[in-house]
Amino acid sequence: MANLRAIRKRVSSVKSTQQITRAMKMVSAAKLRRAQDAINAARPYARRMREVVQAVAARAGEDAHPLLAAREGKKLALLVVTSDRGLAGSFNAGLTRAVHRFLIEHRGEYEEITLFVVGRKGRDFFRRREIPIRKEYLGVLGSVSHSHAEAIANDLVGGFLAGEFDEVQIAFNEFRSAISQAVRFEKMFPIALESSGKDGGDEVDYLYEPSRKEILAALLPKYVQTMILRILLESVAGEHGARMTAMDSATNNSVDMIARLTLQMNRARQATITTELTEIVSGAEALKG
Amino acid sequence: MASTIRLELVTPERLVLSEEVDEVVLPGYEGEFGVLPGHTQYLAILNIGMLWYRKGSAVTRIALGGGFAEVNHDRVVVMADTAERSDEIDVERAQRARDRAEARLKELSMDDDTYAKAHAELERALVRMAAGGGE
Repeated sequence: MANLRAIRKRVSSVKSTQQITRAMKMVSAAKLRRAQDAINAARPYARRMREVVQAVAARAGEDAHPLLAAREGKKLALLVVTSDRGLAGSFNAGLTRAVHRFLIEHRGEYEEITLFVVGRKGRDFFRRREIPIRKEYLGVLGSVSHSHAEAIANDLVGGFLAGEFDEVQIAFNEFRSAISQAVRFEKMFPIALESSGKDGGDEVDYLYEPSRKEILAALLPKYVQTMILRILLESVAGEHGARMTAMDSATNNSVDMIARLTLQMNRARQATITTELTEIVSGAEALKG
Repeated sequence: MASTIRLELVTPERLVLSEEVDEVVLPGYEGEFGVLPGHTQYLAILNIGMLWYRKGSAVTRIALGGGFAEVNHDRVVVMADTAERSDEIDVERAQRARDRAEARLKELSMDDDTYAKAHAELERALVRMAAGGGE
């Protein structure tokens, strides 16, 4: 029979863990709401940006800017967006595992795969496996801002234009809902043109100020920033969603555990009382004899 | 043809406004340009500068931190890096930012990497002051 004191200690320890998980769940819920608001607020700009880029690019064609043109080369840059903190269920593990598998499966297909990593968790994962990381971005997820997206975009666009890689993909957790995230790989650039006919060549072209070429040169990097910002925001929302779910089930588990331990504790206490009674009774019997 | 234009102003952080207006003036790359209903399709890079629009006889000024504008017959979409309405601007803060930027510019030479950045900072501060009704 388990020691009564040990069980009592265990219960109080589980209780304090439960307090923490419950608080973390509530904090995550609040942060999730804020992250969702940020996504919604950023949406109009992103949508307008995409419309304009698609409209201009459709009129200009692939050759108008290097970011639009598909290349022969086989060098890939992969941006992996993980989180800085853990305790978010399989949020990071699922993603890093998928990326690891991707690296192994596509080793032959690409000449070289360069990794860019957002988040401490991803950095730690690849460092443990001694997979080289070109650049890591830590601590940007606490308050995602446009300037963070800009810094990442500059590195990726710069490397692409300098010919260090020919294609850029991004691996991240897509935010589906508060309780559902999915690992996703998205091709970032060369920017794919939505080849729908509605904005075809018969549409009147814009007048450009200063010129189409210069506008594209300014517009496309900005577009990349917008995409990265969107993905960072989605990832943050997903992280909070995942943590909220994880902490919710942790809290539930601790409730079950406390119930089980309490039962055990009561049994143990009753057993002690029974033993004591038996001792007293048999002692009295012995005296009578 | 519509007699008003839909002006939509967005920044990466939020939708700033979406309104029917009579006239818009934007700080274009090669100088200010006005947009009235029925304007031709136009796509422009915007400088740091002031946007203003007229609705009836009411004029609103907004300080823009650069961006792009797409004009489409009866719609103007402004994608700005930053945008502050004149009534949101803290003029004193803008003045402090200007003083800071001026001080920094004095220390830097023209070929410093950060010169352009500091200069843009100064321009932004000046535009905000102007839009906010400062000196």
